[in-house]
Parts: sequence; C-alpha cells; structure tokens
Amino acid sequence: MYYRSLFPRDVFAELDRLQREMQQAFDVGPNIRGLTRGFPALNVGGTPLTVDIYAFAPGLDPATLDVQLEKGTLAIAGERKAAEVPEKAAVHIDERFAGRFRRVVSLPDDVDPNAIEAKYRDGVLHIRIQRKEEAQPRRIAIQ
Amino acid sequence: MNDNTKLTRTTDETPRTEPALLPAVDVIEDASGITLHADMPGVPKDNLSLQVEADTLTIEGTLALDLPEGMEASHAEVKLPRYRRVFTLSKELDTGKVSAEFRHGVLTLRIPKAEHAQPRRIEVQVA
Repeated sequence: MYYRSLFPRDVFAELDRLQREMQQAFDVGPNIRGLTRGFPALNVGGTPLTVDIYAFAPGLDPATLDVQLEKGTLAIAGERKAAEVPEKAAVHIDERFAGRFRRVVSLPDDVDPNAIEAKYRDGVLHIRIQRKEEAQPRRIAIQ
Repeated sequence: MNDNTKLTRTTDETPRTEPALLPAVDVIEDASGITLHADMPGVPKDNLSLQVEADTLTIEGTLALDLPEGMEASHAEVKLPRYRRVFTLSKELDTGKVSAEFRHGVLTLRIPKAEHAQPRRIEVQVA
C-alpha cells in the first residue's frame, strides 16, 4: 500500500495531463468569462504612500461608473453602450466591448479606506488609495 | 464581411516603428459612408495622430497616464505605451472629407463616400 501511494498516477495519465496543459497554454484560454481578458483592462501599481489602479474604460459617462470598496476589495462596475448602428448599415468590424462589466481587485492590507480618490480622464479611471500612516516606515530615534 | 470595403482589411505589418497596441475598433458602413470607432483609452487629444496617405489610414496615439513618481507596477494588462492601427481605404471613400471626434478615449471617424459613389435612386419611367 505504501508503494502505491508513493506512485499514485500511471505514466500514461501523466502524459495525457501534460498534453492537455500544453494545449491550454497555447490555445485561447477556456475562460468562463469569455475569450478576452475582461473589460476594463487594469493596471495596478503602487508607491510607498499609495496604491494606484488604472482601469482602461473608454467611452463611459463617469456618472454611471460604480466604484465600491468593501472588505479589502475594490469593485469597478458599469455598463457600456454599443455603438449606434443605423438601419440598413453593415457592421464590418465589431471588436469593442459593449454591455455590463464588473472587475474586482483585492487590495493590500495597509490601505486606508477613507483616503481614496477616483478620476476619469481620457477614458481611464484612475483610483488612488493612500496607505495608512501607521504602516509607513519610521525611523526610531535612539535616546 | 463585405469584400468591396477595403477598410475592413487591416495590415499587420508595422514598418519603421516600435511595437504598439492594436486598438479595438467598430466599423459600420451605411449608404453615405463609413463610421469607425476606436478605443484608445489613456491618450490625450494632443497625442493622437491621424494620417491619410494615398489609400491608407493610420491611427496612432501615445498614452499619457498620471503616474506617481517612483511607482512600481504590480499587475499590468496594458503593457505598451502606444496604439497604432493601419487600414486600407477603398477608392469610393472621400478622404478629403474625413471628420474626427475624440471623447473619453474613443475616437470616432466619419469617412463619407465620394459623391459619385453615393447611391442614387433611378426613377423608372412608364412609357
């Protein structure tokens, strides 16, 4: 019994798994939320003082954007209307996202939920959250 | 896809320049012309460049984000600082009358068809 639990899988099953993994790595990912990486695209960065989130969400009315901070996560939700197609028009390319969207980012522990600002400029939503003051590195004076 | 609309053909080759993001576009054709919408978030109006040269239309833009000093990226989905896309226009489009609007990171181009290419209704005479 001990021997079997040390070698629990047979070689062919392993090869099968390997092949599947390779396929997934090269194919378009079988993402349940669709083929794209999600809308809006997000860039996240930070400085010692702030956490900065950039959501690339062009063509929105800033008033319809819903940004929520809850239990250490930041959720960005909204809706983007499809381009207007007049009657009898032909759509040749249709790549732009349309519809409702929602993306969630988990935040580091040291952010201050009360010091958050959001700006929408050139189609990019920039959310800046300050880190808590007590989390800042401090030099301790030696007596 | 309609074959006579060469706008739908995108040339992938990018001569002379650095790698760039391909902006997502919608292209809609109606009787009087073509409307193109392109998503270029993060590009201020001054950094946008539109060029029509012979029968190619080039859309280019450079991102300018308000990045704090000393920022370190921890996750990036937009990894290049510019957008570029090249389209081949067909002859019946009037490139002299292109109008453009840029709002909240969405470029909207209107390329009308030349007058001789506009559809005309021909009256049928009854003898």
